[in-house]
Amino acid sequence: MSGLLAKKIGMTTIFDAEGKVIPCTIIEAGPCVVTQVKTKEKDGYAAIQLAFGEKKEKHTTKALKNHFAKANTTPKRKVAEFRYFEQEYKQGDIISADLFAEGDFVDVTGTSIGKGFQGVVKRHNFSGVGGQTHGQHNRLRAPGSMGASSFPSRVFKGMRMAGQMGNVNVKVQNLEVVKVDTATNRIFLKGAVPGHEGNFLKLEK
Amino acid sequence: MQDIIKEIQKEFIKNDIPEFKAGDTVTVHYKIREGNKERVQPFQGVVIQRKGTGGTETFTVRKISDGVGVERIFPVHSPNIDKIQVNKRGRVRRARIYYLRELKGKKSRIAEKKK
Repeated sequence: MSGLLAKKIGMTTIFDAEGKVIPCTIIEAGPCVVTQVKTKEKDGYAAIQLAFGEKKEKHTTKALKNHFAKANTTPKRKVAEFRYFEQEYKQGDIISADLFAEGDFVDVTGTSIGKGFQGVVKRHNFSGVGGQTHGQHNRLRAPGSMGASSFPSRVFKGMRMAGQMGNVNVKVQNLEVVKVDTATNRIFLKGAVPGHEGNFLKLEK
Repeated sequence: MQDIIKEIQKEFIKNDIPEFKAGDTVTVHYKIREGNKERVQPFQGVVIQRKGTGGTETFTVRKISDGVGVERIFPVHSPNIDKIQVNKRGRVRRARIYYLRELKGKKSRIAEKKK
């Protein structure tokens, strides 16, 4: 496995060699700096810590400043660990978008767009309560019955109800890499990825 | 960030597309690849709508073929479009003339624009 930290730029369509339209998400992938290499002997597990995105020095705590200074780099906004990295890297190495090639399939993790507190119709695709006749006037989007009566005398755990929707970590698997632009560190993925534009993402191959 | 997307679209956006809008009759010369051979197939009909902006813009062409209505959606900047010919400029009062789908025969005619 290998991966990168990235930023979502937005969606558009491009044409492939046959002239077919491909819906694409444009992603700014890297350059990421290896800020720490964790080893089994020292830390109990092997992992690589990557950092991405510029951050002002005055917004960085002293502890983090020194952590980045060890890798000879400026303060970064996002830091994340990747386990089971294929290639070997040293502290201070820079990984850029050429890690990915055309035709690769990647998994993308990010925070989905927050929808707030939503009812069951939007959140769980309930169909709501049927028609507007038969004496109904205020139950159109209600969930309906939540269970049986004296047995079991309770509502089962995990019953789908209204609540917070979105703003959770979501992973989308097997998105095809359509194009890699090494000059600008941009990669084009076929399909959609979680979150707003400008959202930070974790790419894994 | 929208600027970056515009910059990416610039690579394939065509600048030689004739001006046309809903109500116009156009012939779209569309390249079709069969095996190794490539040929151009014309598709003539009335433009029903133009949708989207920039590199993702599309337009819908409607024609009556053997008494059956056929609609095709083309991306404006598709590399498979050889050329777009404007045959007639129609005078319509809206940007999307979906009402044309319910009309046939004499009623589905569109008045030509006066110069």
